[in-house]
Amino acid sequence: MTDTTQAVRQAAGTRTIRMEVARYRPGQDAEPVFQGYDVPLMSDWAVLDGLNHIKDQLDGSLSYRWSCRMGVCGSCGMTVNGEARLTCGTFLSEYGDGPVRVEPLKGFPIIRDLVVDIDGFLAKLSSVRPWLIREGEDLPLTAEYAQTPEQLEAYKQYSMCINCLLCYSACPVYVLDPDFLGPAAIALAQRYNLDSRDMGDRFDVLNQEDAVWGCTFVGECTKVCPKHVDPAEAIQRYKLTAALRSVLPWSRR
Amino acid sequence: MIDVLIVGGGGAGLRAAVAVAETDPALKVAVVSKVYPMRSHTVSAEGGAAGVIAPGDTLDEHCYDTISGGDWLCDQDAVEAFVAEAPKELIQLEHWGCPWSRESDGRVAVRPFGGMKKMRTWYAADKTGFHLLHTLFQTTLKYQDIIRYDEWYVTKLLVDDGRVHGVVATEIRTGRIETIPARTVILATGGCGRVFPFTTNAAVKTGDGMALAYREGAPLKDMEFVQYHPTGLPFTGILITEAARAEGGWLINKDGYRYLQDYDLGKPTPTPRLRSMELGPRDRLSQAFVHEQRQGRTVDTPYGPVVYLDLRHLGEAKIDARIPFVRELCRSYQNLDPATDLIPVRPVVHYMMGGVHTDLHGATPIAGLYAAGETACVSINGANRLGSNSLPEILVFGRRAGIAAAAFAKEHREAEPPAVRSQGEDERRRLERAREGGRPRNGRGERIADLRERMQHTLEGAAGIYRTGDVLAKAVDTLAELRERAEEARMEDSSTAFNTELINLLELRSMLEIAQTIAACALNREESRGAHQRTDFSARDDAAFLAHSLVHRAPDGTPSVGLLPVTITRWPPGERVYGRD
Amino acid sequence: MKTEVPAGAAYRPRRDRLWFARTRSYTVFVLRELTSVFVAWSVAFLLMLVSAVLSGGLPEFVALAGRPWMIAINVVALAATAFHSVTFLNLAPKATVVRLDGYRLPAWMIQGGNHSLWLVVSAVIAFFVLRGFR
Repeated sequence: MTDTTQAVRQAAGTRTIRMEVARYRPGQDAEPVFQGYDVPLMSDWAVLDGLNHIKDQLDGSLSYRWSCRMGVCGSCGMTVNGEARLTCGTFLSEYGDGPVRVEPLKGFPIIRDLVVDIDGFLAKLSSVRPWLIREGEDLPLTAEYAQTPEQLEAYKQYSMCINCLLCYSACPVYVLDPDFLGPAAIALAQRYNLDSRDMGDRFDVLNQEDAVWGCTFVGECTKVCPKHVDPAEAIQRYKLTAALRSVLPWSRR
Repeated sequence: MIDVLIVGGGGAGLRAAVAVAETDPALKVAVVSKVYPMRSHTVSAEGGAAGVIAPGDTLDEHCYDTISGGDWLCDQDAVEAFVAEAPKELIQLEHWGCPWSRESDGRVAVRPFGGMKKMRTWYAADKTGFHLLHTLFQTTLKYQDIIRYDEWYVTKLLVDDGRVHGVVATEIRTGRIETIPARTVILATGGCGRVFPFTTNAAVKTGDGMALAYREGAPLKDMEFVQYHPTGLPFTGILITEAARAEGGWLINKDGYRYLQDYDLGKPTPTPRLRSMELGPRDRLSQAFVHEQRQGRTVDTPYGPVVYLDLRHLGEAKIDARIPFVRELCRSYQNLDPATDLIPVRPVVHYMMGGVHTDLHGATPIAGLYAAGETACVSINGANRLGSNSLPEILVFGRRAGIAAAAFAKEHREAEPPAVRSQGEDERRRLERAREGGRPRNGRGERIADLRERMQHTLEGAAGIYRTGDVLAKAVDTLAELRERAEEARMEDSSTAFNTELINLLELRSMLEIAQTIAACALNREESRGAHQRTDFSARDDAAFLAHSLVHRAPDGTPSVGLLPVTITRWPPGERVYGRD
Repeated sequence: MKTEVPAGAAYRPRRDRLWFARTRSYTVFVLRELTSVFVAWSVAFLLMLVSAVLSGGLPEFVALAGRPWMIAINVVALAATAFHSVTFLNLAPKATVVRLDGYRLPAWMIQGGNHSLWLVVSAVIAFFVLRGFR
């Protein structure tokens, strides 16, 4: 990102907006508290730019994660005025005169300020065997496995997940039951299930009370997904697959 | 004891990890990364990855494009190895599940790219880096013995008697400081774009790996070669991929004129011509922008002058099929639609051609220490990298470094020397002191952000697209002074829990080391070549400077620059010709 | 201030017992889930009818069904069940993605098919019921 301070100085006298930021400092706060900051209301500033202004100029002790600032690294998911959002892609001006309330993603243990613990999610991600499973001899590294654009299209959408975890935060099932495998992990399993090159089977991990059958189809995961992955669809599709497989034991997928 | 410890969990680091795991499953391999691996900056690469696969293309042509693109500063033996292995690596990624875009018959599709004479750029729509990184990360999950230190920040390499013995790292979440002994270390921390104020690089690109090696005496190479990508969005610096031009986009000035035709880049054609006009190399396109600006033919915005990238004639369907991410980025971050609007763009710092000096196997002059990817300089990129060479580079040299480190670790089984323990203890005390700096909220010292901004503007002013000797000389001094001031920077956070201010301070100190080497190398190279353009030495000077810059850190912290000959195999230096044939 | 943090000392927010009241979409979701109670009631009512027919107690059942409060319940149940069914069928394209030659069948076609089938089945049932099984 460009250095913003200079532009801010040039626009001195501009309006400000109130940001109320959740602070949790272990050893100091027993539970999260809000701290208010006034930041310049620049028309092209995202909520993340506001946080960076706080960190750089007002309070160096504020902690949060961010990196690419172009909506693809998945680091900067937070709760903004009650909604799970990528803060790099959410403009301050969306909130009129403010205040803008920034909290950590709901449903996760809070490590510090706006930083949540996502190790549980990483374990879930591994558990669905998210890699291409092949049987028999590998092809030599001189030729690719053929895949037509239609076959690619069949799973492409589920391969777009950036692991930002907005879907977990928006999912009441996950928030009530942290053991629920959850939207992104199941969508990723479907990304490989529907890949014409994959020969694996993930029925054992997906056909579980805590996996696809835990989903009550609230549909919020799909609504908050910034990459249009549609995890709710992925889950419902696997429910149908799993149900058919239970009835028709010879059918696969 | 870890056999191979990899610093950095992006494309190069993960490829190295798999290479080690496949070489010998008994070897203990660990990946230490300051972010979760799938957050690494590889994720942001858009356009594609070059590899010779199309009928009618040859390895020699890829070599020639790369070497001429790099203004003959590439080591040609390295380029030949790279070009030969790139297609295999891309097919390997395909076998691991990477969703490469396809032809209708199921084969992998290739697209044209800047500076390339043939269509050889593999792509996954315009999220190639994203798919590549996630495929690699998900594949590493298969190797459950790979140890991951996620969100750990390496602060020091333990080196004794010219041999690496591990690292000191801090767990960001808890503030715990640990010595991690290792037989070999591979640096794969990526680039350092954040030393400049306006960059496509993510917040994490602070040159940590380069600084770690440099501080322990390993030389950095060709640090003056900083690539400006011609098409970044103003303010955010978000990159609009070269693929937008490869698919037929035009660069126009404020008069709607395709100005590149005035800069010896060929004549405008309605459809893209390879190695011509908008498909010229990045250095030449960024330099043309500066000339347009000087002649008053750019458009002023609050974030500086811009020209326009025009995609409107491509139509909605083609944009959605080939470069959907460009449309998504323009809509979300610039509030415009490339199907109907012009995209304002300006050159933006994008890539570091220089890095830790290594051989063809990623080995640095410190025994057991390797580097791969943007952190390293082998060098295949010379004075200017061609678009779509960096993704195959991280794969080819990530794998090579992994194999070389595995072999080294198997041969060197001795225990660590006692000196290493005391180095680790010293480092722990140094870090604790830095954190304690925030103890009383005393308000002393300068803000980290202010020092960072000063550094960025100093470097931009001196080592931007065009450079002059006296400004560079002044910048070297200013940066040295800033380095001292950074030792006394103000800290407001003394917590051990996820203390990002401490990490920002350590990153700033790394960046200041790197910034100094960039200015020093740029000052020393009294010629113009590729991305390094001196207004006071405007011609290429092969007699004196057909050589790499090699910069060591003197004991007092100042950079000392020397030269190292370039390896020429089959392509003698010639003129760089674009748009004429 | 120096603060020593034991590893894993993360703050775990308390379970929010009123989560469904926090956003409109959660509330709508829970209300839709509650219509399942009426779906269950409709099933129970149908079973009562079957049992009455089999045991010869049809007149008593008809009398019960004719009471005003029973009619009220069943009107509400009909509305709730119809709502539940319509929304269910509208969501069906999420579970059944149909691809023909790589072209994904649009959601409205699947929804339309479901609703048409539903209408046909309802019409057949209505025909037999209204005809009185002669």
